[in-house]
Amino acid sequence: MRKIKKSPDPQQPPMSSHDVVITGIGLVSSLGEGPDAHWQKLTQPGLQPVLDAARFAPYTIHPLPEVDWNLQIAKRGDQRQMETWQRLGTYAAGLALDDAGIKGNDELCTTMDMVVAAGGGERDEAVDAAILAASESRNDRDVLLNEKLTTELRPTLFLAQLSNLLAGNISIVHKVTGSSRTFMGEEGAGVSAVETAAARIRSGQSTHVLVGGAFQTEHSDMLLGYELAGYLHRGPWKPVWQRQGAEGGGVVTGSGGAFLVLEQREHAKSRGRKIYAELGPVVSGRARRRRGELNAEIATLLKQAALPDGDLLTISAASGAHAATAAEKAVFDANPALAVRAFSTLTGHMKEAQFPFAVALAAMAVDRKAGYPVFDATVERPFEGAPNSVLATAIGYHQFEGLGLVKAA
Amino acid sequence: MANLRDHMGRPIVAVTGIGVVTSLGVGKADNWAALTSGKSGIHPISRFPVDQLNTRISGMVDFLPSSSKGASPLTYEMAETAAQEAVSEAGLDSGDFSGPLFLASPPVELDWADRFSLYNSDKQDIGAERLLRVARGLKELDIFETTQFGSIADRLADRFGTRGLPITLSTACASGATAIQLGVEAIRRGECDKALSIGADGSATAEALIRFSLLSALSTHNDIPEKASKPFSKDRDGFVLAEGSGALVLESLEAALARGATILGIMRGCGEKADDFHRTRSKPDASPAIAAVRAALADAGLGEDEIDYVNAHGTSTPENDKMEHLSLSTVFGERIGSMPISSNKSMIGHTLSAAGAVEAAFSLMTMRESVIPPTINYDNPDPAIVLDVVPNKKRNAEVGTVLSNSFGFGGQNTCLVMAREPV
Repeated sequence: MRKIKKSPDPQQPPMSSHDVVITGIGLVSSLGEGPDAHWQKLTQPGLQPVLDAARFAPYTIHPLPEVDWNLQIAKRGDQRQMETWQRLGTYAAGLALDDAGIKGNDELCTTMDMVVAAGGGERDEAVDAAILAASESRNDRDVLLNEKLTTELRPTLFLAQLSNLLAGNISIVHKVTGSSRTFMGEEGAGVSAVETAAARIRSGQSTHVLVGGAFQTEHSDMLLGYELAGYLHRGPWKPVWQRQGAEGGGVVTGSGGAFLVLEQREHAKSRGRKIYAELGPVVSGRARRRRGELNAEIATLLKQAALPDGDLLTISAASGAHAATAAEKAVFDANPALAVRAFSTLTGHMKEAQFPFAVALAAMAVDRKAGYPVFDATVERPFEGAPNSVLATAIGYHQFEGLGLVKAA
Repeated sequence: MANLRDHMGRPIVAVTGIGVVTSLGVGKADNWAALTSGKSGIHPISRFPVDQLNTRISGMVDFLPSSSKGASPLTYEMAETAAQEAVSEAGLDSGDFSGPLFLASPPVELDWADRFSLYNSDKQDIGAERLLRVARGLKELDIFETTQFGSIADRLADRFGTRGLPITLSTACASGATAIQLGVEAIRRGECDKALSIGADGSATAEALIRFSLLSALSTHNDIPEKASKPFSKDRDGFVLAEGSGALVLESLEAALARGATILGIMRGCGEKADDFHRTRSKPDASPAIAAVRAALADAGLGEDEIDYVNAHGTSTPENDKMEHLSLSTVFGERIGSMPISSNKSMIGHTLSAAGAVEAAFSLMTMRESVIPPTINYDNPDPAIVLDVVPNKKRNAEVGTVLSNSFGFGGQNTCLVMAREPV
């Protein structure tokens, strides 16, 4: 556990401690875009997910909604340099910056730090398919690769695939240039991004940080990344908690993105910004799952997060992956104070964006002083009243775990 | 008794272990001997056929068991090898490191060899549909793990017993420096008293080479491979794609001294600044690189006149070397003409995600050995870049402080300041 201490140790006070607050939220998913649209949808009891079961059959996905890229990426030239994944992330980042009143403010953008959780961008499926087809009749496959790739790859596509170029595009389009770091590694990257951003603010290294990620699932390679280990759910859609025993591996993916503006409380107050919530402890871990450590690791993380007494609304980024989701559910069952909502039932699994998305939904509930109705009545129980704190969890479908506590501002 | 806190009251961060792998060999001893004798590791590509390719040379690491097994296995092996050297030198338990891990490594993709073998193991359907169907029937996780961005760090965490969720990062060609910066910052914040920072890159595949080639980033001086990388020369025509790894054990000076460790150097400061100008080109006035250098100096608490040597990013591309010269001459003023500035890449090529870590390792050795490795192939100086590049031959010199630059696609600029001794 990298970070158990959240308040400075009196023996070692090298840096002062500042509160971290959330002042901007940018969300895109199959449900729509922005915190308001998500709140409206997610608080409708019995909301049905937006699904596309045909395009990638036998897999079901939650597709992107209609997005007018021009609203956040003004230059067509910039849009052309990106594929959908980078556009989606740049767009969601723009929503968060707008929401925090930072977009277009040179002073705030040039001093803003950024931590992006990213995988890779989209390959050219047509080129790949042509190479694979030709490989059936050729044994000199390495030469075939050279022939095809040198002549058919679009030169700038490489940049649309590079992990750190989502952050690069955010710098170019939104002028966020304090610093730029990209973390990789599925859900864990999203956890570490939020954790590191918060640690920078707490220690006084940063005053305001843009943090988040995006995932665009509507591309065969993005599905392949799960299916090489058989992680994808097949057959009729079911809620996250009900996929054990069903055909496939339990994960239904979705396209989406989540960015947050995290800010030092004094900094946010001094510029008179609305504060959604405070971000409390963020903790992370790496269970050695093959040794059966996951349940115990999640339980340990819950202890480290210093949860308040009483009922606690819990926004879970559970993927549906059989083993990880069963472990998470077992720990929740053993902690009956947690009223769990697995949002991926309604959005699909958005990989690197899972944890930032969970934190965003938690912050919205705290801000609006209301919980979400159950997303799956067979497993989740009602939560009444105004949540003063909300827990956000992300247990990776394959590896890495983390959670964070969001509190009333 | 040395100060244990720096000018900002933060714990001072020491280096107690260094490991390195490049095309020049495995380990500090072989690398340092080659580097200081001006030997190049650049050689003709033999890993894959070079038919149709404009660039047929590289600084690939071809002598390890994983060299022909794909990007993920090779990246892992080089990371492990360098980390083992560093952890051993630090005198720490190499199975129970008990500090966090920060890994700079290339973005992963399913290797073509695996794509071909999956595809041709079946006849039904075509394209992606076939790959997906074959994929879900696989019984082993080996191929899957090569496509997970966190898997190399996960294995390293198991191998070395590092603590917590390992961070895998990419800031393109600045990644190695960022991995070190993250370790330094974690120690300064008091989150840990030691950290393992690694930069490793074994991704010199045909597709990677072609991608860089299509962006006109690579040298095509194929005829004499060892002469192709010529930073700051007039006829420089691109970088040479290379592989390698560098690892540092970082410790709070207090913890290192308390356990009687040998202090190999001090991480004095880190600075960064993002560029919003273009995806591959730097802002013409070099202001982001200038800001990154100045941020590193300020973080280190050093003035412009207190840097003895610059370990340049020095890629040998027309663009980088010009921009780097502009940034350094802006920061250091007239003194720039008399400051030694050399590029390790003249000998090892550009090790991409590993470069910042490999070059930090060499910077620390430069101070310890009082020898500055040369910039080789400096036969035709660029008259627009007047620098003391330590041309062609090593130089004996007392070096107390080093600035190491790393710049990357996507507007990444990260600079490290290192010192030989604690303050």
